[in-house]
Amino acid sequence: MTDHRDIDQATGTDTTGHEWDGIKELNTPLPRWWLWTFYGTIVFSLAYMVAYPAWPLVNSATGGVLGWSSRGAVSEEIDRFREMNAPLDAAIVAKPLGEIASDPQLDSYALNGGAAVFRTYCAQCHGAGAAGAKGFPNLLDDDWLWGGDIEAIHATIAHGVRNDEDPDARFSEMPAFGEILSREEIAAVVAHVRAISGQDHDAALAEAGATVFADNCAACHGEDGTGSRDLGAPNLTDAIWLWGGSEEAITETVRLSRAGVMPAWSGRLSEAQIRQVAVYVHSLGGGE
Amino acid sequence: MAFLDRHKKIETNATLLFVLAFLVVTIGGIVEIVPLFYLQNTIEKVAGVRPYSPLEMTGRNIYIREGCYVCHSQMVRPMRDEVERYGHYSLAAESMYDHPFQWGSKRTGPDLARVGGRYSNEWHVEHLIDPRSVAPESVMPPYAFLTEKLVRPEHIADVMAANAAVGVPYTEEMIENAARDFRAQADPEADTDGLLARYPGAVVANFDRRAGISEMDALVAYLQVLGTMVDFSTFQPDASR
Repeated sequence: MTDHRDIDQATGTDTTGHEWDGIKELNTPLPRWWLWTFYGTIVFSLAYMVAYPAWPLVNSATGGVLGWSSRGAVSEEIDRFREMNAPLDAAIVAKPLGEIASDPQLDSYALNGGAAVFRTYCAQCHGAGAAGAKGFPNLLDDDWLWGGDIEAIHATIAHGVRNDEDPDARFSEMPAFGEILSREEIAAVVAHVRAISGQDHDAALAEAGATVFADNCAACHGEDGTGSRDLGAPNLTDAIWLWGGSEEAITETVRLSRAGVMPAWSGRLSEAQIRQVAVYVHSLGGGE
Repeated sequence: MAFLDRHKKIETNATLLFVLAFLVVTIGGIVEIVPLFYLQNTIEKVAGVRPYSPLEMTGRNIYIREGCYVCHSQMVRPMRDEVERYGHYSLAAESMYDHPFQWGSKRTGPDLARVGGRYSNEWHVEHLIDPRSVAPESVMPPYAFLTEKLVRPEHIADVMAANAAVGVPYTEEMIENAARDFRAQADPEADTDGLLARYPGAVVANFDRRAGISEMDALVAYLQVLGTMVDFSTFQPDASR
């Protein structure tokens, strides 16, 4: 074909010599820039094969002269950022929990880092703004199940609540009174709880419920129903309800009991991260 | 250049063109695919990875049936932002018993490869019934009907046998006890020694706190085991990858 030179009259371009029904195929050369880019990619691929892992051999692949690996790259990058934070992380772990907030640099680090940790790990249950949801405590108010000082918040985050993974998890178990009390007794004690929490209630029923409450509930929730943080028993006299304060909701709580679970974060987050998020939660408004 | 001129022979002979094109594609395929089956660093074994328990396997089938993979991937890639958000990057061995694997490539929702243990059972049930009750900004459709649909372990032994046929190491003992293990995992009162010996780390609970074993129980059991089989506090990554 190379000996074949047949210039097309109209365009002045060489033809390939292919001819169909008198129509000849032009042999327009490729643009020079395109051709050189193409050669360039071939040279690049050869260099790439030398520099990076490429060819499979018998037991492993060629490693490449740069020694790059995807696993190595990610751990290197993570370490780079860890090292940048290392002095602050060390300082925040060394400092007693109660004193972190009084150090402006550590406080700012904890609040910003803690907010990031919160949005990644906590917001799914407690809400992006920490206002909680049914069954998942609001962290903005000053009503705390297990204590609202920084040590208590830290312990709750590190060990969680009612999980199987951490032996130090906070644990309380309200019996399901549906199997213990009669229907009437439950209705009465619900009326009593509505009464002490200042809601509409049947006064006669509530009076009967006071005895049921004293016999069955006061051991944990206290005689006046203000609860106990040592036992994780909620205060029933405030207007703050984790599972709802309506008659139906309280009845369901009494009958079936409730047992929210929070994972332990000590295995998933570093101590510095747990301290950051504890400071952050403490700062939200309810911290004691 | 006479050799180069011979392409006319190939181009004018469709069968020859097909055969030669097939050969070229085959060689390319062999070079790219076959090494993955024998190179040590692509088939590393990792301690802790086990086949799914009968209830988890049922949940997995519901996960596939409902098309969860359309919006959720199960593959934490080795990149800093993903590792910081989801946890340790996924290992090939972690999906070695998945047929088919659920790596996915679409993340409308978050990656689920390490979702196990991250939320409580109650959260999963609440979230599947009404996603916006716990995550107001969520666009996930509700799956409340899962709590109504009860599941029975009639066919789970067949499912396990089918998986065993493609290489999942289900033992005869596991298949024989499939129905019992299925029920035991959804019943906190049950004797779970056998279940936990066969499937270490299986989460035992009446997940939806309702009577009967529902599809919700099965799905949450599956979600709670995702990414929890390997103990990353002792895992040493193979540096050559």
